[in-house]
Parts: sequence; structure tokens; C-alpha cells
Amino acid sequence: MSGSQLRRNVDLARLKQQHRDMLRIRAFEEAALAAAKDGLIKGAIHPSIGQEAVAVGVCGNLARADYLLSTHRGHGQTLIKGADATAMMCELFGREGGTCGGKGGSMHIADFDAGMLGANGVVGANIEIAAGAAHAVKLRGEDRVVACIFGDGAINRGPFLEGLNWARIFDLPVLFVCEDNGFAATTRTRDLTGGPGPAARAESLGIPASEIDGNDVVAVDAAVRDKLALIRGKGGGKGGGGPQFLVCRTYRLSGHTHADAATYRDADEVAAARQDDPIRRSRAWLEEAGVAAAELDALAAEAGAEMAAVSAAAAAAPWPALEAAYRDIQDIGAPREAVP
Amino acid sequence: MTRMSYLEAGKQGLTEAMVADPNVWAVGEDLGRGGVFGQYRGLAERFGPERIVDAPISEAGIMGAAVGAALCGTRPVVEMRFSDFALCAIDELVNQAAKARFMFGGQGRVPLVVREPIGMWRSSAAQHSQSLEAWYVHIPGLVVVTPSTPADNRALLRAAIASDDPVVYMEHKDLWALEDEVPDQAETEPLGKAALRRAGDAVTIVSWSKQVHICLEAARTLAGRGIEVEVIDLRSLWPWDQEAVFDSVDRTGRLLVAQESVTVAGFGAEVAASVAERLWDRLKAPVRRLGSPRAPIAYAPILEDRLRVSAADVAAAVEELVSGSRT
Repeated sequence: MSGSQLRRNVDLARLKQQHRDMLRIRAFEEAALAAAKDGLIKGAIHPSIGQEAVAVGVCGNLARADYLLSTHRGHGQTLIKGADATAMMCELFGREGGTCGGKGGSMHIADFDAGMLGANGVVGANIEIAAGAAHAVKLRGEDRVVACIFGDGAINRGPFLEGLNWARIFDLPVLFVCEDNGFAATTRTRDLTGGPGPAARAESLGIPASEIDGNDVVAVDAAVRDKLALIRGKGGGKGGGGPQFLVCRTYRLSGHTHADAATYRDADEVAAARQDDPIRRSRAWLEEAGVAAAELDALAAEAGAEMAAVSAAAAAAPWPALEAAYRDIQDIGAPREAVP
Repeated sequence: MTRMSYLEAGKQGLTEAMVADPNVWAVGEDLGRGGVFGQYRGLAERFGPERIVDAPISEAGIMGAAVGAALCGTRPVVEMRFSDFALCAIDELVNQAAKARFMFGGQGRVPLVVREPIGMWRSSAAQHSQSLEAWYVHIPGLVVVTPSTPADNRALLRAAIASDDPVVYMEHKDLWALEDEVPDQAETEPLGKAALRRAGDAVTIVSWSKQVHICLEAARTLAGRGIEVEVIDLRSLWPWDQEAVFDSVDRTGRLLVAQESVTVAGFGAEVAASVAERLWDRLKAPVRRLGSPRAPIAYAPILEDRLRVSAADVAAAVEELVSGSRT
């Protein structure tokens, strides 16, 4: 099998870490889905089940000082960028101790200390913001890169053009990652997209683009490492190389939201996609490399137990103080209404 | 004091802010050549293309990039050319800049200033003449500033740039050439404080931006007829100086709000409602609003003028308020 041959020279410790990271994302999403089903999470969540290899391959290559701009489907990216799982789950539950104090929820998770500058509820809006973050990095002469992950649905919005063009003309240190899961919300993106797709659009703006199998964590890891080296430049830092673009082809095994049964696609398609599950693949490679099944089972159980504890901690956390509704709006002209 | 134009005063305010803080930079279309009205003339030569940044015609890109750059330690001054074009960047301003701090639980600040020249001037028709200041006042997170004098355009722009909040800074295009004395000291003014432009006891006129000057013209006419009106220039609409307005109406018992923008759901409605709620018992006459009819701004000068609130309109409204007052 070409797949296993490709994996022969892989760094086993790194692959095991990546496998473990993907298991943690999967377990986090499953715990969140269960909490949503139990009515503990009130708002919409957009699970990234099936797309874990993109989050791990991209964010696993970012330093804490690097910036990440994420999407409404960004739990996995946020986790791997270094956010605390309990703080994230508290945010989904709308509780005190959440990354945003319970004021943002799933779609606005952010952890600035970890360089995670926000998920975004508006598709594609993070592309321009990422370009601007990179503009600040360049203006200030800092040694960081910016990673911006968005879905295939975002490429039909104006900010895709405006943000990519901006990054190119100002030669900014950004890695744009199109996480192509085939669906724009609940409609197939290909039915609504003119031309050959995201990579060609990026190339047309002068940004070097590659397309890879986004369910292959080793391939994503290697491609991101190469792209980041190009962005950082030969001297290693200060963003000499300008923007790069990567398309990771993946598949969303879950629905658009927790409430979407995704009945618009047939069972055969989903069954085939499950065979291609990135975690299933990494597990097979690890087994081929001699890692015992029991050890791999233990890793999965460990991730499940961690996220069950995280969910329990979130359920036990207090609601935010009512005053929080009026806090952190603005310094000048902050609301005068007093909370009774 | 130095005599200078509203345009030059704004440029001086920006220059002072850029000298004081290397993280301040300006970005917009044609800035390298001085900006569409010349507000940036000479600044690219002085500060270089990294700090006076020529942007593509890409308003959403400009505003979105400014949001990202503001979150990451810089203080961008965004030029939108005409406030009408800022509508191409409303998601970036309203959904991103205004809300980032709150929705991220206080983790991020967006210290950007967006300069949006407003107002009717010289037959520029429906897409280059609007005054949409009331829209922004409605958005939690934004500060809205509408300077009317050269001194304010320098001091309030500096205050806006110094603020950690996103500020919508609306200069009036018809005021660029207006000259007046500007203090030599590099002072900033607190945002949210009104200026008393003329004292009087008959009627309180509340206005902002260019309309203030039209109200002052009316006030001079009215003085000739024995009616002394008080003219309050709000200077910023969020926050707005409620105390200054309440104190004045408490004395005069009569309120006229005059604005260039469409009357319906305009900021004058907020002022009128606030006064009615607070000072009902003190009012000698119903509160009165003057503004543009709910019509797009027309090109032909005769049609454009039809939409303006003139000094004669202001004077007539004041006389009605005085003569029709309850005693």
C-alpha cells in the first residue's frame, strides 16, 4: 500500500503525539455534542469531526507567539494552539471561567495568551483580520507568523479576495489554509463555485498554493512546515517570504451544526468517508509501526476521560455575574444601565 | 494661537499623534498622494510608505486589516474617503471592530479610528453626500465623533487616536476650508463633552458638525429680532453630553435639534426623546426637530438645496417655538 510506504520514514513520536492530539479534538467535540443534546450547551456548535488532521497539522507547527485566526468550526484548532480545554468547554456552556467569560460561546472562542485571536461567526471575515494581524507583525518588526484557517465556503465571499490581495501586495507573513470539507453550510460548495477552486484563485493573486490530502496528518504537518519555512524566509524570521496558501481536502463527518442530521448526503458517501477518517488512518500507521493496540486504545480512553472531566467541570461552573453583560464594551461612553 | 483650516488642523492632529507614538499609522486609498481632499499631503514624505499606507480600492480589506492590526498592537487610522464607501466595510466595523473586545471577554482591544468624511457638498449626489452618523451611535462598542471647528478637528482627532476604543470620526467635507484659530499647545479634548457655541435664554439649539455653523448664522439673525438662543455643539454623538443639554433646556424650557441628516430615526430623535423623558415638566413647548426629508440626496443644486436645513429654517422653527410656547 502506498499509504503505508509513505509513512515508513515518519517520526514515530511525532505521529503518536499527533494521533493523541486528534483524539483529544474528537473527544472534545463528542463531549460537546453530548452536552448540546442534554441541553447544557444552549447555542449552536459546529463540530469538526473528521477534520482533526488539519487542526493538528497546522496548529501543531505554530509557536505560542504565532497568531491564529480561526472559524466557527474551530474548536480543534483552538485546542491545539494551546487553549485550555476546560476554559473552552466553559465558554461553550456560557459559564464563568470560559475563555471569553461566557460572553462569546463556541463561535467566538479566543485565547489571546495562546495567540488564538478569535473564531469568527462571519464566514471569511477572519481572512482580512489575519492579513491585518500580519501587517502589524511586519510594521512592528516582530518574529511571528499568522495562520488563517477558513472553509471552502469562504472563497466565494469578498473578504477572500480583499484579504489575499492585501497579504500579497504588502508581502505579509500569513499562511492561508482552506479547510475544504466540501460543504458550504449544508450545500455542496462545488455546485456554487465558479472555476477550478481555491488554489487557482490564490495563484491568480500571486500567492503560491498547494493542495493536499487534509485527512493525512503527516502530509498536512509536512506541507505546513514547508510553507511556514517559506514564509519565515531563509533567514528564519521577520516574515521575509510573503504569504502562502494551502488547500487541505477533508470531509465533515458531522453535520453543519449539532442540530443538522446532514440528510442531504447519502449513507454510502458518509460510510466511505468514515473509512478515510484521519484518526483511523493514523492509528493504522501506528499499528504498522509496531505500537500495541492496547496502548492506542488507552490513548483514546485517556482523551475520552479527559473531556468527560472537562464537561463535568463546565457543568459545575457558575454562570457569569450579571454585571458582565455591561463590561468590556468600551471605555468612553460605556453603558450606564445598572444591573439590579 | 495659529490660524489654520479644518483640513490642516486634522492633518496637524494626525501628525502629532504619529510623532508621539510609532504604532500610529494611517491607511487608505491614495494616501501617498495626500488623500482625496489633501488631508494627508506631505505625510508620506515625512513618515514613509510604511506608516502612510496606500491601500487598494478595497474598503472591506482596509477595515478588516485595520481590525487585525489594531488587535496586534498598532493604532491604525483608517481613511474611508467618503463615509458612503464605509458601507462596503460594515461587517468589519460593526461585527468585528465594535464587538471584538466584548465577545472575546475583554481579551482584545481595537484602537482604530475610521475617518469617514460626511455631508452634502457641491452636487455629489446620493452616494457621496450622506450623513449616517446615527447608524453608528446605535452600535455598542463604537465612539462617534463629529468635529465642527479647526481646533476640534485637531484636538478630537488626537483624542480619538489616543482612545483604546474604535472611533468613527466624521469630518464634514464642506468644512475642509473653514479657517479659525487653533491653540498652539498640543492639547487633546475629552470625547463626550459638548461645546457651548453661543449662550442664550430663549431656546436651546442642539446640533453638530457643519449644521452648527448654520445654527449660529440663524442665532445672529434671531438676535437682531431680540431672540437670544443657546447653541450647543455636541461634538461627539456617542457618548453625547446629556448633562450639558439638560442643564441648558432646564433654563430655556425649549429645545430645537437641528441636523443635516435625515430626520427620521436620526440622532436628533435620541436627543429629543431624552429631553422629553427627563425634563417634561420644564418644557414650555414641544421639542422640535429639523433635518433632511427621507429622500436620497439629489445632484442638481436646486434639488440638493431643497434637502438642506437652512439658517432661515432654523430661525423660523425658533420663532415658532417661542411664539407657540405654553406659559
